[in-house]
Amino acid sequence: MSDHDGLIAEQIPRLRRYARALTGDRAAADDLVQDTLERALSRLHLWRRGSDMRAWMFTIMHNIFVNQARSRMRYPHETLDESTADAMQYREPDWSELRDIGGALAKLPVEQRTVVLLVGLEQFTYDEAARVLEVPIGTIMSRLSRARERMRVLLGGDFKAAALKVVK
Amino acid sequence: MTKPVVTEADLHAHVDGVLPAARAAEVDAYLADHPEEAARLAAYREQIAALHREFDPVLDERPPRQLEVPRLYWARPLLRYAAVVAWFALGGVIGWQLHAVTADRRAEVTSWPRRAAIAHVVYSPEVRHPVEVGADQEAHLVAWLSKRLGAPLKVPHLGDLGYTLVGGRLLPGERGPVAQFMYQDGKGQRLTLYVRVNPDDSGETAFRFAQEHGVGVFYWLDRKLGYALSGEVDKNELLRIATAVYRQLNP
Repeated sequence: MSDHDGLIAEQIPRLRRYARALTGDRAAADDLVQDTLERALSRLHLWRRGSDMRAWMFTIMHNIFVNQARSRMRYPHETLDESTADAMQYREPDWSELRDIGGALAKLPVEQRTVVLLVGLEQFTYDEAARVLEVPIGTIMSRLSRARERMRVLLGGDFKAAALKVVK
Repeated sequence: MTKPVVTEADLHAHVDGVLPAARAAEVDAYLADHPEEAARLAAYREQIAALHREFDPVLDERPPRQLEVPRLYWARPLLRYAAVVAWFALGGVIGWQLHAVTADRRAEVTSWPRRAAIAHVVYSPEVRHPVEVGADQEAHLVAWLSKRLGAPLKVPHLGDLGYTLVGGRLLPGERGPVAQFMYQDGKGQRLTLYVRVNPDDSGETAFRFAQEHGVGVFYWLDRKLGYALSGEVDKNELLRIATAVYRQLNP
């Protein structure tokens, strides 16, 4: 056993928290964490000693999650851009046990949900989130902005939107 | 005095607490003049707080047993890789030996007894699942394997030599399905008989023998079928059994 195992084990609680919020389902989340741990252990030789183990493992988890989501898409040859992601139905989570915030999360496209969770829940910096998700930092900012605004509407915090609904 | 421009990115950075103090003060001044924006940021902060209320309890849950690293580490990848490496190494040694013995034969001829020896090494130590179909369903076993190989098979009975049939299984061969029958004696010593369909009518060959790491293989071609008898027994003992097998198959 090496000291790396301790480093990996330390990540489990946060990986589970993130996976639970991402999938909205306890069993699916723990499966995702297990796949992540196995892949991390089998690729430990690729981890640069001294670099951020947490970011490395979240990157692995993100890649597994995206690949699994893509394999569940109806048209897997389509790229995972914002428009298809908006339309795509990722494994329908059991959000019934979660209240408002979970319901709002579930309505976000996957790539907005990941940003909101990495930044808001896991407290990654924008730069770290950009590296985990392998997108430019500007993309992180625009997704964060859209996601938070959409959640605000969903959670009933947007009075303008409510007023517009009344008028309509 | 011109007011500093406040961008959407600044507002989010303020919510996330990553603005330098001077910039944060400028944004605060801007928000004082723009109550709608201030309300919007307050809603974003409330979202973050709600995320923590909802999901932080997961941090204190005891992870399920499947997620314990030492178990993953030892029981899954390492052991699995070690086993695979070991079988490949042993297969290589056996194959090298078989190749050396029959170096004048075509490569195709040397590859299948090697497969037979590897299959013996893989399945004969199995305690719980040595075979797919047990000897108690012998008629079904023979019918099934004959159907899959596309040739009528016969199972030799080696009771006179002290070996009883355990059962058999279907295996992937180089060109398609092959059969493996397993026998064992009163002390648990096991033999396997590997049966494949020859690519063409190869006629008959004499017994050939190869041995490595205590696993001996007698193999021969008998027109449509090729046979390889493997066991960790003395060469003369294995020859005696191979002869008995041959006689039963060619009465």
